Amino acid sequence: MSKELIRLVNCQMAFDDEIVLDDINLYFNDKEFLTLLGPSGCGKTTTLRIIGGFIKPTGGDVLFDGVRINDVPPHKRKVNTVFQKYALFPHLDVYENVAFGLRLAKLPEEEIDERVTEMLEIVSLKGFENRKVSQLSGGQQQRVAIARALVNRPKVLLLDEPLGALDLRLRKDMQNELKRIQQAMGITFIYVTHDQEEALSMSDTVVVMDKGRIQQIGTPEDIYNEPKNAFVADFIGESNILDGIMLEDRLVKFFGRKFKCVDFGFEKNEPVDVVIRPEDIDIVAPDDGHLCGTVTSVTFKGVHYDTIVDFKGFKWLIQTTDFYEVGSYIGIRLEPEDIHIMHKSEYSGMFGDYSSYSAEYDEMDDPDLYPEDAEESEEASEGGKDEE
Amino acid sequence: MKNKALAAPYLVWMALFTIVPLAIVAYYAFTDAATGEFTFANIANLGNYMPILIKSIWLALISSLICIVIGYPVAYFIANCKETTQRFLYMLVMLPMCISFLLRTLAWVALTEDTGIINNFITALGLQPLPLIRNNGAVVLGMVYNYLPYMIMPLYTVIMKIDRRLIEAAQDLGCNGVNVFKRVILPLSVPGIISGFTMVFVPAVSTFYISQKLGSSGTTLIGDVIESQFKTAYNPNLGAALSLILMVMIFICIGVMNRFGDEEEEVVTL
Repeated sequence: MSKELIRLVNCQMAFDDEIVLDDINLYFNDKEFLTLLGPSGCGKTTTLRIIGGFIKPTGGDVLFDGVRINDVPPHKRKVNTVFQKYALFPHLDVYENVAFGLRLAKLPEEEIDERVTEMLEIVSLKGFENRKVSQLSGGQQQRVAIARALVNRPKVLLLDEPLGALDLRLRKDMQNELKRIQQAMGITFIYVTHDQEEALSMSDTVVVMDKGRIQQIGTPEDIYNEPKNAFVADFIGESNILDGIMLEDRLVKFFGRKFKCVDFGFEKNEPVDVVIRPEDIDIVAPDDGHLCGTVTSVTFKGVHYDTIVDFKGFKWLIQTTDFYEVGSYIGIRLEPEDIHIMHKSEYSGMFGDYSSYSAEYDEMDDPDLYPEDAEESEEASEGGKDEE
Repeated sequence: MKNKALAAPYLVWMALFTIVPLAIVAYYAFTDAATGEFTFANIANLGNYMPILIKSIWLALISSLICIVIGYPVAYFIANCKETTQRFLYMLVMLPMCISFLLRTLAWVALTEDTGIINNFITALGLQPLPLIRNNGAVVLGMVYNYLPYMIMPLYTVIMKIDRRLIEAAQDLGCNGVNVFKRVILPLSVPGIISGFTMVFVPAVSTFYISQKLGSSGTTLIGDVIESQFKTAYNPNLGAALSLILMVMIFICIGVMNRFGDEEEEVVTL
């Protein structure tokens, strides 16, 4: 795409004895929209804070334009941050919040005025200059936070779950807005979120993290269509994950049946995880099906029905626009491209079974569940650091 | 209705022990000692006591400023400690307040007297004793010593509550340590400074014990005058008038302080 801007080399972070980041190697390209995606406590915010300069990695290097910046304090980095819950200055009005960085840079008053006005226009807050930040709604505060960071024309903007506190509708609008701003200004966005949908719809590159390690790096399409392991497959979208055996290139066996697939490069008879996305499954008459099972639950989701089907005791999630009653006996067909094969990993067997369907599915849709958790756990660990 | 009922005990208390006494003070202040008739004579007497009043305000002001200078760094330091350390240090700050105010002032007398502990030590070294007591400096010292915790308390509370993310945000936007303090921490601690200042200034301006013990006839404060009107001169009407004036002055001072505080915020905003 374009040239590399930031690189993390073997980055490690440990608070006391707890390893939060384990050997992170990652590079960020200029003008890229990169998202760090993962559940709470996966190390995504810690990674962001290392780039911002708020914490120093306990191992490894941070390079900016090829120069090591481990010891450069935040105020000397060409990076600005949009903080979780915004961290706007309560003693300043909207205008002065946005002008804060420019005043420190001692720019002439005219230029400050010009840039602040322009920025407030970009984030659609014209006319709010003299409002106190406490008088603004969540969405407006969020836009002030973005303006305050962007007005400094940083090379990189770090965004730490910036939309976490907003309601669903506003979040969708702001997603588009952020993407638009990023493209208009042509700068690098490094975006932290636990929301997979947000990550897929906004990013050029998605980095999926868990337990302080990078699980997969790729374009949203790659991540969704070619998940590397059961964790990624489960975290990004919905997946039925089954045990299978790769008989040979492009031929896999599961449920005692051979299926053609499009994957290759595995060892002969290698045990593998088989991913089947719920929306890829075609429901047919039992006689025509590769597999047959009984519908055990149906939930209306608006666009489709979430249909849980019991195949020999293993429950699959199928998303279909057709309604099948609970108890009906159906068949399914799987085309080769519907089947995705992954190597076995530490996550094998942990995900992809829909026996406990509803709880798992709803978890990710709850916007309030993760930001709070993430923040608390990360603050707690920072606290430990500060005390030293 | 429920909430009003909860406030009732305090309202009764207020009425009995604040409003009624205040009315009595006002009554005395505006009546003649001998005839009991309405008069402005007591108030008019203020002219004679103006220098003392000004001196009281001046010394209280100096004490309050010294308290800020000493108290702010202490409060800032405590607020940035570990939580357990914070509790311990805060307790240390509060500790002197568990000992009687009178006793603490008398302790200073014992320390600073011409034949006190400090001067005994100095003379033992073969040096001339220092005039440590019976002057303005001693009175200010007594005020600062006694009222410093009242400055530290509100400052600590306010500084502790400043969101750490604001400091990070300021650093992120280009603030070095000095600028973080100047542009974020200090403006955000203004409410603490104002309430600390008020809590030191108000008791300091009306004190009489400190000036009696550590001061001399030259450091008589308005509090001493008021006390003497009730106790020795037996002119409660004049005492009441001076009290009333002092109260009004204090109200005005607080008003100005608060206005100053608001403007402070405005100035930063503009």
